[in-house]
Amino acid sequence: MLLEVRDLHVEFHTRDGVAKAVNGVDYSVDAGETLAVLGESGSGKSVTAQAVMGILDVPPGKITRGEILFQGQDLLKLKEDERRKVRGARMAMVFQDALSSLNPVLSVGDQLGEMFQVHRGMSRKDSRAKAVELMDRVRIPAAKERVGQYPHQFSGGMRQRIMIAMALALEPELIIADEPTTALDVTVQAQVMDLLAELRRELNMGLILITHDLGVVADVADKIAVMYAGRIVEQAPVHEIYKAPAHPYTKGLLESIPRLDQKGQDLYAIKGLPPNLLHIPPGCAFNPRCPMAQDVCRTDEPPLYEVTESPVPRASACHFWKECLHG
Amino acid sequence: MGRYVIRRLLQMIPVFFGATLLIFLMVNVMGDPVAGLCGDRQCDPATAAQLKKEFGLDKPVWQQYLTYMGNVFTGDFGTAFNGQEVTELMANAFPVTIRLTLVAILFEIVIGISLGVLTGLKRGRPVDTTVLLLTLVVISVPTFVTGLLVQLLLGVKWKWIDPSVSSAATFDELIVPGLVLASVSLAYVTRLTRTSIAENKRADYVRTAVAKGLPRRRVITRHLLRNSLIPVVTFIGTDVGALMGGAIVTERIFNIHGVGYQLYQGILRQNTQTVVGFVTVLVLVFLVANLLVDLLYAVLDPRIRYA
Amino acid sequence: MPEMPEHHDEGSAIASTGAGGATDLAMSEAETLEKVPGGPDGTGPDKKARSLWSDAWHDLRRNPVFIISGLIILFLVVIAIWPQLIASGNPLDCDLSKAQEGSQPGHPFGFNGQGCDVYTRTVYGARASIQVGVLATLGVTLLGSVLGGLAGFYGGAWDGFLSRITDIFFAIPVVLGGLVLLSVVSNNSVWPVIGFMVLLGWPQISRIARGSVITAKQNDYVQAARALGASNSRMLLRHITPNAVAPVIVVATIALGTYISLEATLSFLGVGLKPPTVSWGIDISSASQYIRNAPHMLLWPAGALAVTVLAFIMLGDAVRDALDPKLR
Repeated sequence: MLLEVRDLHVEFHTRDGVAKAVNGVDYSVDAGETLAVLGESGSGKSVTAQAVMGILDVPPGKITRGEILFQGQDLLKLKEDERRKVRGARMAMVFQDALSSLNPVLSVGDQLGEMFQVHRGMSRKDSRAKAVELMDRVRIPAAKERVGQYPHQFSGGMRQRIMIAMALALEPELIIADEPTTALDVTVQAQVMDLLAELRRELNMGLILITHDLGVVADVADKIAVMYAGRIVEQAPVHEIYKAPAHPYTKGLLESIPRLDQKGQDLYAIKGLPPNLLHIPPGCAFNPRCPMAQDVCRTDEPPLYEVTESPVPRASACHFWKECLHG
Repeated sequence: MGRYVIRRLLQMIPVFFGATLLIFLMVNVMGDPVAGLCGDRQCDPATAAQLKKEFGLDKPVWQQYLTYMGNVFTGDFGTAFNGQEVTELMANAFPVTIRLTLVAILFEIVIGISLGVLTGLKRGRPVDTTVLLLTLVVISVPTFVTGLLVQLLLGVKWKWIDPSVSSAATFDELIVPGLVLASVSLAYVTRLTRTSIAENKRADYVRTAVAKGLPRRRVITRHLLRNSLIPVVTFIGTDVGALMGGAIVTERIFNIHGVGYQLYQGILRQNTQTVVGFVTVLVLVFLVANLLVDLLYAVLDPRIRYA
Repeated sequence: MPEMPEHHDEGSAIASTGAGGATDLAMSEAETLEKVPGGPDGTGPDKKARSLWSDAWHDLRRNPVFIISGLIILFLVVIAIWPQLIASGNPLDCDLSKAQEGSQPGHPFGFNGQGCDVYTRTVYGARASIQVGVLATLGVTLLGSVLGGLAGFYGGAWDGFLSRITDIFFAIPVVLGGLVLLSVVSNNSVWPVIGFMVLLGWPQISRIARGSVITAKQNDYVQAARALGASNSRMLLRHITPNAVAPVIVVATIALGTYISLEATLSFLGVGLKPPTVSWGIDISSASQYIRNAPHMLLWPAGALAVTVLAFIMLGDAVRDALDPKLR
């Protein structure tokens, strides 16, 4: 297994109290595999990714429990300097907003080349050539001429390509893409997503795709982990989940996608608000919003049940996963 | 860029004339323009009238101003109270004040930025609180009090320095006066750097730099510092003009014969030409410094385009 | 002008001139405030503005810096009005035979060069400083915010003209201007000093006011009010002023401290207040001749001055932090 996250817990110490952002997350990605992590903002999907990358803001953030195994090695046990050598070189991250995530006062060539200078000890000149090569690879036209330009001189789609190029620079084994297309125009979204998927295939990398957009997921992901209030509530191969969700939250998400074949009907919306991480409801965190909630949901936190009726491995953290699957 | 510079230069013209006219009017209100021309004594009325005619002082103020400016552009700044050419006074005074300002700027850069980076990175820790309190104290105590106390302690009590600077005013003599002159700005540079660093520390591009696996040192110097120092450099740049004008207090305390000293003498002796001449040059320095800062801005921040 | 006005303005706004430097920087810090009031969600200006102020007040009441500086200022104002509350002597009652003597019973701070009681003079000195600070700030704020606010609101030729005028005033070093202008004044009152400060100080506030009015004007709900046909005066009073006033207040509070400091500096140079007015600046200035033998004469008024300036700067800092939601 390329990456295995086991029982990860992350807390944030704020002025108003302790926010439990991640409460026991397990997931894994293999080489060449794409895992989509789905959830609303505040579900803990980005925090988990930041913990994996080792870029959590500490303090206020703190990993209180768990393991992050990268090719069998627990990253949390590494010294900061060893950890740093993993970052960027063996696992890399693509951020949502490329404009703010790229340094505004350095040329894209400098920012791309920096990877080679720091991790590979290349000269400035050689790294510049590498930068041009990378820009070609993510299909930025006139790379040679544009390598000295600054981020604000590129369009949104091109900037995101530069982010991707930066992540790919040292051909890492794992890429984490945190909402890579959310900030882009719809027409550009597909192009960037396709590029990412294609490069992943070419380099046989593992990809963790963090998103709140179910539409993006269907075409590229192999499996899906749905997160809610810092926990994984459902985990399944992508097609299974679309066919029949085994958790009311996933079901709600799927039903709130507009569909052409249901034109004219009211669009479904999950009622209520995402939970306050300072005061996560007892029992199942989703119970105040769940249409299927029973008394047990308000008292007992559901474990991650194995969905036994499925031919492939699936799991759901719902006491009533069976009812959900068949309803 | 070239067009921008030309436009800025054109914009400077009315400001230059406005500021010098303002000072010219103020000095004229100040009193007797021929005072001091007859040595230390008062001129007798006949001589005064003759002198006024000779210098064109019987004409309306705006005409006097035009004549004066006309002369300035040919390099004639007039005569000081002791009969010396004002340009000669300038040639002696400006190098001293420039040295003093350089020392002050150096302190702002070295101490101010270092403290600002330190506190910005350690925001909320004891070292941050301590330095922040210190800067507040420095800002609250007026420069002349700081100067007097420093002079008393270092110069009189402990005898580390000579309480008054010699007429040569070498760099090593100017270290302590330069620190006094810089003190308030230094505190501001510290606070500005701190705010800027603390704000940028959480910026997305810094997170990216960390995610790229760069060593902490490189993240700070190449990514964080580069962005955070843009407003600081601007402040220091515009401070050049202010320091030269504000040196009047420091120069008086340490008896430095620079621009401030000559201006003070000129005002005491009500010598129009000295005062207006020196202020004209100071205004020019201020305007040029501001222009340079604006241009430097474009170099530091590529997002800014001048059109 | 460059395309990023907020950055550029910050640059040239820090055209600090001598003792005025403090306000200038406070100004650039306060510029972040211009983005404070009202949000893009258009939930209505009044509700927004009110909640900004009540939030700020909620924060301030819990901020020890605000409480301490507020209490100091309250105390200073009280003794500026009624100095006899804590000082029974007469500041002009001097006995040359006691000149330069140190602390003794009934005279805790000792005597100054003329044999006046330093304690009494330090207490009575608060009046001149507070008077100059408060009145100069009031004048500067009124003049600056009206001129700057109108320029920001109407734009056009008046704005361009005013900007050039502000540039001119910024180019003149404050201490120097004070020396030149005040050296001819023989009036003993505080008015010439206040007049000078208003004359040279208003451009600072005017720039802030102009900037914050322009920012407020661009808010969506103001645009909406305009589209709905609100009159100019109604927009200015009801929608823009409540949202543009925060940065002005912050800068004015900090400026108050620097005006007090500037008065002392001018008095030190011999052109500010003049005896028999009792002022910390005058006392520090005359004490500086005796500093080698009797530093106590300088330390007490200087300490009082520093505490006063510090209190106003801290108050301004606290108010700014409370009004700046970015720091929340």
